[in-house]
Amino acid sequence: MKIVVLVKQVPDTAEERKLDLATGQLDREAADSVLDEINERALEAALRIKDANKGAEVVAMTMGPDDATQSLRKALSMGADSAVHIVDDSLDGADTGRTAATLAAALRSTGFDVVMAGNESTDGRAGVVPAMVAEHLRLPLLGSLISAEIADDGVSGVRQGEGGTLNVRAGLPAIVTVTERFPEARFPNFKGILTAKRKHVTTLSTAELGVPTGASRTVVVSTVERPPRAAGRKLIDDGTAADELADFLVANRLV
Amino acid sequence: MSNILVLIEISHRGEIAASARGLLAAAATLGSPVAVVVSPAPLEDDDVARLGELGAARIYSAVTAAAGSVLVAPAVDALGGAVDAYEPAAILTANSVDGREAAARLAVRVGGSVLADVVQVSSENGTVVAQHSVFGGAYTVESVAEGGLPILTIRQGVIEGQAPAATADLQTVSLDAREEGVAIIDQFNDDAAVSARPELRTASTVVSGGRGLGSSENFVLVEQLADTLGAAVGASRAAVDAGYIAQTAQVGQTGVSVSPQLYIALGISGAIQHRAGMQTAKTIVAINKDEDAPIFEVADFGIVGDIFTVVPKLIEAVKARSN
Ligand SMILES: Cc1cc2nc3c(=O)[nH]c(=O)nc-3n(C[C@H](O)[C@H](O)[C@H](O)COP(=O)(O)OP(=O)(O)OC[C@H]3O[C@@H](n4cnc5c(N)ncnc54)[C@H](O)[C@@H]3O)c2cc1C
Repeated sequence: MKIVVLVKQVPDTAEERKLDLATGQLDREAADSVLDEINERALEAALRIKDANKGAEVVAMTMGPDDATQSLRKALSMGADSAVHIVDDSLDGADTGRTAATLAAALRSTGFDVVMAGNESTDGRAGVVPAMVAEHLRLPLLGSLISAEIADDGVSGVRQGEGGTLNVRAGLPAIVTVTERFPEARFPNFKGILTAKRKHVTTLSTAELGVPTGASRTVVVSTVERPPRAAGRKLIDDGTAADELADFLVANRLV
Repeated sequence: MSNILVLIEISHRGEIAASARGLLAAAATLGSPVAVVVSPAPLEDDDVARLGELGAARIYSAVTAAAGSVLVAPAVDALGGAVDAYEPAAILTANSVDGREAAARLAVRVGGSVLADVVQVSSENGTVVAQHSVFGGAYTVESVAEGGLPILTIRQGVIEGQAPAATADLQTVSLDAREEGVAIIDQFNDDAAVSARPELRTASTVVSGGRGLGSSENFVLVEQLADTLGAAVGASRAAVDAGYIAQTAQVGQTGVSVSPQLYIALGISGAIQHRAGMQTAKTIVAINKDEDAPIFEVADFGIVGDIFTVVPKLIEAVKARSN
């Protein structure tokens, strides 16, 4: 079984993330870049299948700038067998539509039985790319799963819906996205870090994939920063703080 | 006036989703709202009347046996049919689990462009402009689709108001059920009966609890304060991970974003990922025993103290003042 995990390098959510006010694009200098946590969970799920079934192959795939190799190295050191890096200056600022078309083309070229991804990345939160990829490849998508069984004859799992959960299934090949209810990712161990250096990273350009290089069709027309919040009153409770808070709430018509 | 398609979600029990009102209201600001509905049986008169009340000028009702057994694909097929029938200027779906998958697939199928997680829509010289709230409200970004049909997923609970009521014109079509390349639904597991409390996304007051509550038994304290204030209950991810409360209560980066009039954080440190979901609240109150907790940086009123002594007193004090 060949599992391709789509991974994305994102600004670390633990730091203040910034947009460039002129272009509306991410300010890559503002925060460190990391492998998105939700993708790590998807990768963890794939690696657990490989742990149980030595015949399984796990490939980490990303579309991103040169330095996204950092994230691929992390995926390899966690245990992925190989990696695919789609890197091309013409993909700068690609929107979800271009990203999905490009990933779909790359997936066609690598082949797979299952594609795994996170349900939404922490930077964009659009949560549409895997479903777009599924439509390009005309495949079933089991999206937003909180648990999954992946077997040779199909995938099944529990999907988090709006008013409850659903038990869903599909035949292979299929695309699966996981939510943060999936287990946390393992840490790369020393051996993993050493062997990662010898693993293969394939790089692909848009020309090699035969995808169009036109500009994104969704464009940002304005970006405005909200003034940061200022701290207000802070009391140390000496037994009367609850009363003062109740007065504050009443005075501000909040109760 | 141009047609604006709106995907109306219907639960497997046949209820019109709460997102319908906001979606139709947003559509009415852009053009003439056409509700697209997929269901296993023809719509009941009540549903037709209700959608009209919410502003649907027309209803494209797709009936298919697959509605309750195939995931998302019937909605995409129905939207595709409605695009042909109505040549819309834009399509709106909820930014829900189903809504965004339907929007994404439809975009690829009809050559549209997705504008995701939109908090406000407007039309400028016929161009649909989508407003987004990015990085926990730190930025407001406007975007447009320069090519292809704009397909917007609207963040749930953010659109206020209601479209003018209409008498909906009903068109019913039957949709073939596809079996190939789709995901099958075997079972629906409904959440335990919804509480009488207000819905988290739209509540004007939210009381959230964090790891500081210590146990699910203690988490009741959060619920007691919420009930005293008529508030919805939220939580930090640490409280959800610890099993004090269901995941649907999670506020933050990877949970629900809320912008209530009043947000009260109890035993929450205020990690940047939590603040990303609540810092656009009008007034923020925090109670935490750690004087250096980052939540105090954004709190309008902070109390450094033990929630187990302060909150019971606060409940009494609020009750005393409202009598
Ligand atoms: C990618 C990513 C996404 C994330 N998404 C989210 C998200 O959506 N939402 C979210 O909330 N978090 C999210 N997190 C997690 C976040 O980083 C924090 O771990 C989490 O918010 C901490 O929750 P907490 O404040 O309840 O717990 P803690 O940080 O452990 O804080 C508990 C607080 O309780 C106080 N306390 C303890 N006992 C008492 C008492 N008796 N009285 C008063 N105060 C007391 C302590 O002083 C402490 O400040 C995310 C993390 C990552 C990496």
